[in-house]
Amino acid sequence: MSVVTFDPEKDPANPPVGGGLSRRELIKSVIATGAVVSAGSLLGGCGSGPGETQTAVGGVERLISLNINGKVRRVDVVPHETLAMTLRYKLGLTGTKLGCDRGECGACTILIDDTPIYSCSTLTHSVRGRAVTTVEGLQAADGSLHPVQQAFVDELGPQCGFCTPGQIMTSVALLRANPNPTREDARQALAGNLCRCGAYDHYLNGVMRAAQEA
Amino acid sequence: MATKDMMRPFQLFQPESLDGALALADKHGGDGWIMSGGNDSLSWFKDRVKSPVAVIDLGGVTDLVGIRETANGIEIGAQTTLTEIAESDVIQSKFSVLSDAARHVATPQIRNVSSIGGNLCQDTRCWYYRDGLDCYRAGGTKCYADTPEGMNREHCLFNADRCVAVTPSDTAPAIVALDGQMTIAGPNGTRTVPAEEFFIGPAIDIERMTVLEPGEILTTITIPNTFSGATFYFEKVADRNSWDFALVNVAAAIIEDGSTISDARVVCGGVECVPKRLTVVEEVVKGSSRDEETAALAGQSAVRGATPLNYNHFKIPLMENLVKRAIRDA
Repeated sequence: MSVVTFDPEKDPANPPVGGGLSRRELIKSVIATGAVVSAGSLLGGCGSGPGETQTAVGGVERLISLNINGKVRRVDVVPHETLAMTLRYKLGLTGTKLGCDRGECGACTILIDDTPIYSCSTLTHSVRGRAVTTVEGLQAADGSLHPVQQAFVDELGPQCGFCTPGQIMTSVALLRANPNPTREDARQALAGNLCRCGAYDHYLNGVMRAAQEA
Repeated sequence: MATKDMMRPFQLFQPESLDGALALADKHGGDGWIMSGGNDSLSWFKDRVKSPVAVIDLGGVTDLVGIRETANGIEIGAQTTLTEIAESDVIQSKFSVLSDAARHVATPQIRNVSSIGGNLCQDTRCWYYRDGLDCYRAGGTKCYADTPEGMNREHCLFNADRCVAVTPSDTAPAIVALDGQMTIAGPNGTRTVPAEEFFIGPAIDIERMTVLEPGEILTTITIPNTFSGATFYFEKVADRNSWDFALVNVAAAIIEDGSTISDARVVCGGVECVPKRLTVVEEVVKGSSRDEETAALAGQSAVRGATPLNYNHFKIPLMENLVKRAIRDA
């Protein structure tokens, strides 16, 4: 079981981290590499106020490593933080959308070890050691789009586009598990992604095109 | 209304063994909260209706994951996901009513993280209760659903006792139909109770849906071979085919001897606080042939004694037809 390794009584604001780098400096560098400013105010209850360090005592360690899109990212995560919050507001990966924050829309769908899940309804601490893939991790090294992304463009999949990252992630997971799905397979696989524009048929056309072209 | 999207802080514990989880649950008592897949738990926390001090996440307790075939049936670890159950070869071949039921829960993404234990132990969906009102189930002294203006089209038909909430689970009727046995671990050792007795109504305890005491954890669901390879039926009717909880669902297991039904278990969800085993229907169909007449009789006897609320009369013909179809089309 995970336990806290620093003592907040000694230095609550700035406990040392290995290599002489202070915890604060390390977090700053993590945020800088994600090209995002500190978004404490956006996080509200997830901010690291003085009471927050106390909540970690005896529970999970806050400074953790996550495997995101093939890279190891060090990040400070409070115990009650969801993965969607960490991705968007700590790591700058805003391709993952927050629609309902209740697991009722699918906009926040990401992959954990190739399995699609709702990142708004998953605590970040529960994906330590797992491979997290977001929509930012799909494009090839040369910048070309993933076949599903390209097919969604070609089939005019998105209308407003807000649900699109979630639709893409679910479709990618489907095609990894089943490269030749029927249209009905695709319908069932995408049943957990709402599209308020009602572009479902366009998305299904995109999935079928991506399956043909891959 | 103020935004309620932020969870209040809590301590998070991620034990890697059942003993570790039990020790933490015992230590934290009423301040603790045992979390499985987290879909039900996190929405309670985000709504700030429940605010535990310590959350004990069972996600790392790997010895509670898996489906094992034994000489007497199968054993399902409570942390096995609904996707694993829906796709399990052994469950599909021996107890397909359970894999069918698991496939009808919510959405693929939710089934990928939700466990069978969490699906069985989840709390009711009565929106007055979920909104944090001081109803009977929340320890108060009134029911907001069973009033002249109360929105109660999703509420119960049977055995209301102050509270009119219903069981939301799709897998629970299947587990009761299969005569599942629930193994519960607690600070004083383990105990096993039949699924039928695992779920409790408001007359027994109005603040709980199951017999689980604080500090106890559902560890294993054992399905005996009694109905292995029987004729099964599962159907769920909800307002939407994705996400939504059942208005009424039915799970049936039927054993035929030649052309007559020799044994049957029929269970409905969404009509009572517990999965409603329809023993009258079972008695009606035993010894009869599986035909239109028997099915009609089964449907009629299923809804006998139903006491609808203001807005849920529609559940009576819905339940009647589902039971009829379960017997006729299984």
